[in-house]
Amino acid sequence: MLALVSPALLVILALIVLPVGWLAWQSIYHDGFTLENYLRVFTEDIYWRSFALTFEISFAVTVIALLLGYPVAYLANSVPKGCSILILSLVVLPFWTSVLVRAYAWLALLQRTGVINQFLRYLDVISEPLALVHNTLGTVVATVHILLPFMVLPLYATMQKIPSDLMQAGASLGASPSLTFFRVFLPLSLPGVLAGCTMVFVLCLGFYITPELLGGGRTVMVSMLVSRNVELYNQFGAASAVAVVLLLSVLAIFFMVSRFIPLDRVLGQK
Amino acid sequence: MIRLSPARIALYMISALVLVYLILPVLIIAPISFSSARFLTFPPPSFSTRWYQQYFGNPAWMQATRVTLTVALSTVVIATPFGVAAAYAISQSKLRIMRFIHMALLLPLVVPIIITAVGIFFVYARVGLVATMPGLVLANVMLGLPYVVISVLAGLQSFDAAQEMVARSLGMNRLRSFFAVTLPQIKSSVVAGGIFAFISAMDETIVALFISGGQYQPLTKRMFTALRDEIDPTIAAISTLMTAASFMLVLLASARQRRNS
Repeated sequence: MLALVSPALLVILALIVLPVGWLAWQSIYHDGFTLENYLRVFTEDIYWRSFALTFEISFAVTVIALLLGYPVAYLANSVPKGCSILILSLVVLPFWTSVLVRAYAWLALLQRTGVINQFLRYLDVISEPLALVHNTLGTVVATVHILLPFMVLPLYATMQKIPSDLMQAGASLGASPSLTFFRVFLPLSLPGVLAGCTMVFVLCLGFYITPELLGGGRTVMVSMLVSRNVELYNQFGAASAVAVVLLLSVLAIFFMVSRFIPLDRVLGQK
Repeated sequence: MIRLSPARIALYMISALVLVYLILPVLIIAPISFSSARFLTFPPPSFSTRWYQQYFGNPAWMQATRVTLTVALSTVVIATPFGVAAAYAISQSKLRIMRFIHMALLLPLVVPIIITAVGIFFVYARVGLVATMPGLVLANVMLGLPYVVISVLAGLQSFDAAQEMVARSLGMNRLRSFFAVTLPQIKSSVVAGGIFAFISAMDETIVALFISGGQYQPLTKRMFTALRDEIDPTIAAISTLMTAASFMLVLLASARQRRNS
């Protein structure tokens, strides 16, 4: 049996375990052991700001995705089967469109001469084009778009398991629909909320393509810090330290969440 | 049963807006790709296939397309048997270490892709695999493995392992019984896993940005560079073709999976 897993395992060991180990090693060893790289990450302003910005954006994206995703999942759960399949297909459709393609689409929609600005000017709502892209706003809009399915699917999966008898029981005991929602349905859907939020937050922490293309160079997320240190400045030690801190953040989040819900429930949606 | 309370109407409206937000970017690409305008104008002034001609007439784009298709196909050919063997072993073996191996095989989904990309770049730089075809394929095999493993494990869960036991008690060896009894029954999830690995390799961008170069640059890397420099409607044409291809493959995969369950 071990012989059967060994080809796959070898590929994983050689191409993810070894490289990540190499990064960790490189972050503390350069002609002798050094903590200089980590000192820089934690003290230099640009690193610190980038980490703060990344966590802020990830937090904002998670909250927005939850606010947008919850109603959709709720609706899909409460309509007849045929309708819910339609709603879920619309959610999953963009999922299977390349992230690059969607970045291009958002550029086409949001830029100064883009569809949305042209439309608003045509309606005479605005006289000057709005700066919708090449900033944090553009990054957030496109990132939420990419991550929303990761929110809706676990929410829907959890809501489906909530027995509808419970809501009827609440109603028969005289509770209003809103009261049964807040006292019965919402608490029971929290595992799905946690699974969705974790996935969205963690994926957002490592986002690269969207901030690079839609952020306009000013929204420097951690992943861009890693790539710039490698590609532009040849600062391999610094890049490795940033990567290690990012990875540890991700693992810490997964670890904390795994104490509340099983991890395969979080990862199963991807 | 469903009453139209104000809360219900609000729910419909919010959901409709969210669905428009999800779908609009997917729908906007095709009209742009068939527009004659050099810049993004909407609605398009007139119908034209010039961006498709630019794509098919440009040797650099064609070379990148060949690289992408070669990488994606090679990835499927390697990742599928590796993944099937691993999933079979995980589902059959009672060894404790298998749980860890199972988790290890899902690592590509957990580690942020930018970290994987930079890490592979450092390792490849040491062994001379940067800007080579084998290097590109190997990286995509690693990234595609989890999809095969997840899909095949799901298929094996609904398969009754006793059938293979029967075949073996009738004198088949393990290998023959697997190919004669088990594989035909989990074929759908194997095919679905392979298709997901193909799509994953076709779409992969970030690792390619770091480790590919020279004549072995996939489509996504060239698209990324082009998008960073200027917005060229040729990319809309390529995007439309890519989107159509992924949708067809996903439909195929989900039809397969449905037949399986």
